[in-house]
Amino acid sequence: MKRFDIKPLVAAMVCLSSLSYAKDLTVISFGGANKDAQVKAYYEPYKKATGTNLVTSDYNGEQAKIKAMVQSKSVDWDVVEVETPELIRGCEEGLYEKLDWSKLGNKADFLPAAVSDCGIGFFVWSTVFAYNADKLKTAPKSWADFWDVKKFPGKRGLRKGAKYTLEFALLADGVKPAEVYKVLGTKAGVDRAFKKLDALKPSIQWWEAGAQPPQFLASGDVVMSSVYNGRIANAQKEGNKNLKIVWSGGIYDVDSWAIVKGSPNKAAAEKFIAYTLKPENQKVYSQNIAYGPTNTKTIPLLDKAVAAELPTAPANLKDALPINVQFWVDNGEELEQRFNAWAAK
Amino acid sequence: MTSQILAKASSFSFRNMFVRESGAAGTGATGAALVGVGMESPDTLVSFRQVQKSYDGETLIVKNLNLEIRRGEFLTLLGPSGSGKTTSLMMLAGFEVPTSGEIRLDGKLLNNVPPHKRDIGMVFQNYALFPHLTIFENLAFPLKVRNEGFREIRYQVDKVLEMVQLEKFAQRYPGQLSGGQQQRVALARALVFKPKLVLMDEPLGALDKQLREHMQMEIKHIHQQLGVTVVYVTHDQGEALTMSDRVAVFNNGIIQQIDKPEILYERPGNSFVANFIGENNRLSGKLVSQDGDICLVALPMGERVVARAVNVGQIGDEVSLSIRPERVVLNDAAQAVENRFNGQIREFIYLGDHVRIRMEVCGAQDFIIKMPTSQFDSNLREGDVVPLGWAAEHTHALDPV
Amino acid sequence: MTDIALPATPLLTADGTPLKTRLKRIERLHQLKSVALILPLILFLALTFLAPIISMLGRSVDNPEVASAMPHTIAAMAQWNKKALPGDDVYAALVSDLTEMKSDQQRLSDAAKRLNMEIAGFRSLMQKTARALPFETAPASYKSALRDIDERWGDPAYWHAIERNASTNTPYYLLASVDLNINDQGDVAKAEPEKAIYLEVFARTFWISAVVTVICLLLGFPLAYLLATLPTRQSNLLMILVLLPFWTSILVRVAAWIVLLQSGGLINGALLSLSIIEAPLQLVFNRTGVYISMVHILLPYMILPIYSVMKGISPSYVRAAVSLGCHPIRSFWKVYFPLSLAGVGAGGLLVFILCIGYYITPALLGGPKDQMVSYFVAFYTNTTINWGMATALGSLLLLATVVLYAVYNRLVGASNLKLG
Repeated sequence: MKRFDIKPLVAAMVCLSSLSYAKDLTVISFGGANKDAQVKAYYEPYKKATGTNLVTSDYNGEQAKIKAMVQSKSVDWDVVEVETPELIRGCEEGLYEKLDWSKLGNKADFLPAAVSDCGIGFFVWSTVFAYNADKLKTAPKSWADFWDVKKFPGKRGLRKGAKYTLEFALLADGVKPAEVYKVLGTKAGVDRAFKKLDALKPSIQWWEAGAQPPQFLASGDVVMSSVYNGRIANAQKEGNKNLKIVWSGGIYDVDSWAIVKGSPNKAAAEKFIAYTLKPENQKVYSQNIAYGPTNTKTIPLLDKAVAAELPTAPANLKDALPINVQFWVDNGEELEQRFNAWAAK
Repeated sequence: MTSQILAKASSFSFRNMFVRESGAAGTGATGAALVGVGMESPDTLVSFRQVQKSYDGETLIVKNLNLEIRRGEFLTLLGPSGSGKTTSLMMLAGFEVPTSGEIRLDGKLLNNVPPHKRDIGMVFQNYALFPHLTIFENLAFPLKVRNEGFREIRYQVDKVLEMVQLEKFAQRYPGQLSGGQQQRVALARALVFKPKLVLMDEPLGALDKQLREHMQMEIKHIHQQLGVTVVYVTHDQGEALTMSDRVAVFNNGIIQQIDKPEILYERPGNSFVANFIGENNRLSGKLVSQDGDICLVALPMGERVVARAVNVGQIGDEVSLSIRPERVVLNDAAQAVENRFNGQIREFIYLGDHVRIRMEVCGAQDFIIKMPTSQFDSNLREGDVVPLGWAAEHTHALDPV
Repeated sequence: MTDIALPATPLLTADGTPLKTRLKRIERLHQLKSVALILPLILFLALTFLAPIISMLGRSVDNPEVASAMPHTIAAMAQWNKKALPGDDVYAALVSDLTEMKSDQQRLSDAAKRLNMEIAGFRSLMQKTARALPFETAPASYKSALRDIDERWGDPAYWHAIERNASTNTPYYLLASVDLNINDQGDVAKAEPEKAIYLEVFARTFWISAVVTVICLLLGFPLAYLLATLPTRQSNLLMILVLLPFWTSILVRVAAWIVLLQSGGLINGALLSLSIIEAPLQLVFNRTGVYISMVHILLPYMILPIYSVMKGISPSYVRAAVSLGCHPIRSFWKVYFPLSLAGVGAGGLLVFILCIGYYITPALLGGPKDQMVSYFVAFYTNTTINWGMATALGSLLLLATVVLYAVYNRLVGASNLKLG
């Protein structure tokens, strides 16, 4: 996930220094607030419980590094946190081990979106829209409201790119969440999405970095904006209580654990992953950051107030849809190109 | 203060002119009376009246300029750098504004006329030919500005090109011409629109000696041919003497003397002029007596010299004697002149057409004698003591240096 | 007049070697010395400047993925008539290629990615088919066996896509950079209007660059004149102010402009509090913001060449024109301005060329309608890792620069360029 803090230099240095330690298992994740939550929920308790010497470090999602390790057969990383498109591509290219579910847990307990050949999702994040409650008299409820500039006057923030934007346009146009990718898979569906976007175009203020939408919302530049849910939770923590999330029509995705192909510590890696998938551990994680557990059995354990703010809360999940990564791998370039052409006109 | 300066300046500018030409005697500041408003004759093209110029409000670069420039004359402003000559020229051209006083052209007050409306041709130090225009276009420029028709422009430009003998170069650019050719174009450009007055600011400074001398004659001939009034600025006294009808010698923002070249040379009004123009032997002494035009000066060793009293004070005051090297005669010839002494030969300097002899005379170590080679006595040797002398007529008693 | 007879034998030096040989030897030694002195520079330039440009030009037509991954298929396709579906031998060859590729996942995914650019979904078709291979028993008809795996193998369009990539060189990227493509008939055709983008982006790039150049000229010319004519003390101070932008990071300056120009920013705040405007002006994330910031960043590049030329123009030219009876303003226009043209040309060319390669400023201060070619180069380099498109756009940009320089050279003459 690109929206975590980027510290590539620090990460590289930490990598280098950490590799010289004697260790049982190396876990690589994205840094930032997300890692802090992982440390609290997974790394520290796991070390205590098993006595494993756990080496943890950050990276910035560069699959090229993993590729180099696998190709040179000097695999130093065992468990890595990966985003879904990289997981699918890396799996196709043979960079990750195929998972053995008997070692990890009960497949049926997990959200379908979290399960794939080479990886297991361990938290859920969502792209939703949020609004500035101070600027709007009534609360918007859906993407149709997001598009309704008469009822809710003001600018709208959207991520500058085809991904998410096209889905949201179709949702606003009345397509059911379950059918979004089916519609988008046809030329007519794409045309429909762009036509819907045409209507909103004069009111759109585009954003590119995940940190921008909370700023735009707080400063009043926009009244509503698509946003990563964790960013709003952060903004609320920092005092912007007036920013509210609308979960309906959110598009969620998971970040997964994968085991680097040829890892010498495969058994230890499986053990660690299994530990992070347990409901009681995922609970701690979600208490620390507003990302949802992938193990459905975690939700009853969570405090109601906390659970309600997660992408995985049943109420929030009701009208949400999982991102179709395969669709974007196949159609991404073409749609991004068309999106660029459209945006530039 | 102002009146003092005025008196001093004017005394030098006009006295000699009138003294020589009218034959009247006069010394000191009496000439000041000759300067005044309403003096202008129909002959006068330009007049400066009590013009002052200061850049910083503290020092005057031109102290008090009174100058009448006659129609059709070639007047040179001569002086060392910083003497105010170029500033005076620029005030006339309109690129500098007088701090006080007035300048008139043809009786018309120029002070508030912008430079482009003065109709004064100007030749600049570095020619200032427009490098992006051909010679023809450069020459056509002032005519085009005056909205002349194409035929007229063509005719006039061809005429001046012929005058400066550059017909073949009309389509060249200035950068493709030699320095002398560029100079001629600059001259032609200043003349092509037939101004009444042409100003030249050290126009030959960038040329080598031979070319410069050639151009001097050429400019002089063009002036005679066209009858245009020329005001010419230079710091080269040879140039001034060669070309001018009159020369105004500037120093410290004041005109020291304004006269015909031969008078400036033969009858310098003060020590500065005597030293600045031509070579000059100087002897210091005290005024012993004065009888009208003639005076007697005592040198430090007691020798007495009879001289013309040009610019002296009271009896007993310091005076400076000026004798031109070519007016000193040796041996027998010395018998015929008033002032006779002995001198010891220090050095011969052979210069082809003449010989310079450096001597010790009356205590002066570097007394120079110039002698045509044809008259040189080849028996003379360094160290010889020989009789020498000079006429009182050629001895000028001037202000002390 | 007598003719001077030329010596029959060449002139010799004292030791008997011909004079010419000796002279050449000495000159060669001199040349070698000077070459040796600049050799490090030449090597440096070759490595850091020429080599990347050449490799970029090469990359823009480079197309190895399909040709190296599917040699059998391509060989078998040579006999295909390109109208109906290819014969069973082509299908069989594809099966053998895909089976081989399974052992080299990288090659498979590269070829799949390349073909996916031609037809969306080709990637998953390749992956899906590869996963189903090899057949346990050789099928009677490879054609129907593959069509059983995925019906898309029965669509000639997919085979046309493979056929178009049979060669290791392709005009695909360069054509795509000017909104053209090769259709199934093998002809060059215009891209569909909703996907056509780059012609407009190129036009916009040139337009923005031209506007920025003109604004820079209008602002920079008087300033350069002031710099050239002020007394040294004041002009030095002014020069420092002019150069100040050079000493600040471009990102800092862009960030500063955002703070100043945004709707809650200083300028809007001041105008609002003075009641000059009622609603905040949209000054940033649009063309206005791009122009303001780019002019600010590029102004010194305009001022410095003009200043250096003006510094060499003697004030006596304008004086001469005035003395010849020309009004001072007309004199300036007729004499001073033409003389400063070399600097204006150099400054204009410099600013324009820098402009057409600008990326960060429009990216941060502009909206989607203000992005220039470089934005898309960056987009293809960083976001979609499509080197072909990135280098093709880059090559066209380079070509534009070269053409521009050639036109300038033709009109003004490069020798008149004065950069300072």
